[in-house]
Amino acid sequence: MSRLTVTKTNKLFIDGSFVRSESGQTFTIAGDRYPRASRKDVRDAVRAARAGYARWSAQTPYNRGQVLYRLAEMLETRRHELEAACSGAAEVERSIDRVVWYAGWPDKLTQVLGSTNSVAGPYLNYTTAEPTGVVGVLAPTEPPLEGLISRLAPVLAGGNAAVVLAGEVSAPAAVVLAEALATSDLPAGAANLLTGPTHETAKVLAGHLDIDALDLDVAGEPGYLIELERLAAGGVTRVVRQRATEQTLGCVAAFVEHKTVWHPRGI
Amino acid sequence: MTESSSEVLATSAAAWDYAPAPESRDVVTIRPRYELWIDGEWSAPQSGEYFPTVDPSSEEELAVVASAGAADVGRAVAAARAAFERGWATDHAGRAHYLYRIARILQTRAREFAVLESLDGGKPIRESRDVDVPLAAAHFFYYAGWADKLEYAFPHGTRVPHGVAAQIIPWNFPLLMLAWKIAPALAAGNTVVLKPAETTPLTALLFCDVAREAGLPNGVVNIITGGGDTGAELVRHPGIDKVAFTGSTEVGREIARSVAGSGTHLTLELGGKAANIVFDDAALDQAVEGIINGIYFNQGHVCCAGSRLLVQESIQEPLIAKLTERMRRLRVGDPLDKNTDVGAINSRAQLERITSYVRYGIEDGAEIFQPDCVLPSHGYFHAPTMFTGVTQSHRIAREEIFGPVLAVLSFRTAEEAVAMANNTRYGLSAGVWTEKGSRALAVAQALRAGVIWINTFNKFDPASPFGGYRESGFGREGGRQGLEPYLHLT
Repeated sequence: MSRLTVTKTNKLFIDGSFVRSESGQTFTIAGDRYPRASRKDVRDAVRAARAGYARWSAQTPYNRGQVLYRLAEMLETRRHELEAACSGAAEVERSIDRVVWYAGWPDKLTQVLGSTNSVAGPYLNYTTAEPTGVVGVLAPTEPPLEGLISRLAPVLAGGNAAVVLAGEVSAPAAVVLAEALATSDLPAGAANLLTGPTHETAKVLAGHLDIDALDLDVAGEPGYLIELERLAAGGVTRVVRQRATEQTLGCVAAFVEHKTVWHPRGI
Repeated sequence: MTESSSEVLATSAAAWDYAPAPESRDVVTIRPRYELWIDGEWSAPQSGEYFPTVDPSSEEELAVVASAGAADVGRAVAAARAAFERGWATDHAGRAHYLYRIARILQTRAREFAVLESLDGGKPIRESRDVDVPLAAAHFFYYAGWADKLEYAFPHGTRVPHGVAAQIIPWNFPLLMLAWKIAPALAAGNTVVLKPAETTPLTALLFCDVAREAGLPNGVVNIITGGGDTGAELVRHPGIDKVAFTGSTEVGREIARSVAGSGTHLTLELGGKAANIVFDDAALDQAVEGIINGIYFNQGHVCCAGSRLLVQESIQEPLIAKLTERMRRLRVGDPLDKNTDVGAINSRAQLERITSYVRYGIEDGAEIFQPDCVLPSHGYFHAPTMFTGVTQSHRIAREEIFGPVLAVLSFRTAEEAVAMANNTRYGLSAGVWTEKGSRALAVAQALRAGVIWINTFNKFDPASPFGGYRESGFGREGGRQGLEPYLHLT
């Protein structure tokens, strides 16, 4: 008799742990079951992200860059699994290279985006690039892996924590990505990945008063996106819309706050 | 300080009085009626409506001002669009020259602007003369230099102006906020429709004369006056590409809702509840000056005002003693008097709001201190006020009052101070007072606010980016970073 393989139970990734949806609900993609995140799961993920943000933003930018590079290493070791979860080898390679590109940014953001400012008086005045905080990400559905990584990597590179709604199509990619994140020395809660239909959960995320910014899938249905933007307005949440596979400094800068510090000069 | 010696000081302060030193108001001519400034000329509102603007220190009506309706907004936006398409965005050197001219004319006519600002808004002439007007001119001068150097500000990719910017400004720094809005917008190649606040339209209307004197092409700057309805019409007009608003968080939310999904670029500079943190090793006399400037500058009508004083427990007693003595020497009264420290509250509505918060402070159980000052019998005035024994749950510690009211809380450790400072939905500014450099830098890094003043407060400069975290809004004004909201970068 041949050996029975051990099958994987797919989970949500919240606060560094693999958990089922608190609702106990699942949905099916290509015959496999995935957890269907509930509104309560979103709220739990935001709370975890707030704590994760404190840990992640307290690490040195050099350290954050190394963790992101390790994420690329962990993805490379899972490339066969990832290929099965997206369009194939080319998409996996683009995704891994994108993580490497963003891994180089954390310790350069203030040098590129910040400044020392010449003010008309006896003061030292400088501007640094600081993380915005907790970012809600409504991930694009296509391409499943590259879309997820293109939106998540710049958020993390900026020193922010993320709550990503991966949706349904990207669920297989999200599950493998979560395992790579979990083995990258990323502090618990810095990245949270939820799978399942987003029609209800996206509203909870957009209107949550403890998220600081919202990254919306630019290809979403217009009426729905307007509703999400209106919800975000309630908390003066920054709303960002970027292309699914964009790779620019602007993707990081969108989740950066300029902090300006004054100090007198005098003898 | 003993009770009896402080009484002696208080008495001697009253006896040692200043002679009045009023600035002449003859330097400025106020017309009885103002129209809308659209496409380089004065134009009566199609609505046919006008509203009065008053001197808050006397309640005297200064002029009536046009109220722009939907049709007027449409005309202003169309004029701005036409000016944008006439090559404003491509003539980089030309834009620089116009902005330099504006800066110089503002400097030349500084006295006129300063007097008018104090008349219409109630702020002390010392502040409009030494802060508002010189800084407004400096903003135009600073951004003039960027207009033909945008490729150095953003060297990668392309940088394209949005088009027509709708700009809505508040009543606390009318001319200065106009400069913060118009200078970077024009430098980046946009044209603008600006709406000044309902209670302080006059310096913006005088600015139209500066635009004319500078020979600015028609339609590049359009100034339309009106209340909240005019602002609402303006931000939802389909011809607007960019909205920049400075004002309350409440209105900022409404604007964000109304432009949701439209693709209109938005920046918001909203309210604040800044913590001013004083550690036990601070230079106390300097800190006292910074605290006073932090909360009583411009009657506390400052979004970045240091309205929460967090003082380390071990120095609370001497610091409060020094503060009360300093408050007794603040001169409240005629905004046009050069000796005045605290002028008139901007409007009756704002005075009522401040009075309500003072009542909440007392009802919540905080202890009130107000110096024994005689307020003028006419006009809107409020005594400088300090509450001690405030806790974090008190309304006066949580909500923006926008008046001369200081809430004092105490802390024991630096960690506690940072946690208290960040315990707010706002994040515009904060102050840190300590002689220990490493502590100052660590606290500045941990504070979640856009502007941190170490051993100083309420300093502004065109080269220095200004703007908030969280519900204090998003986007920066000032510096190279202040150009970004007015450009589409790829």
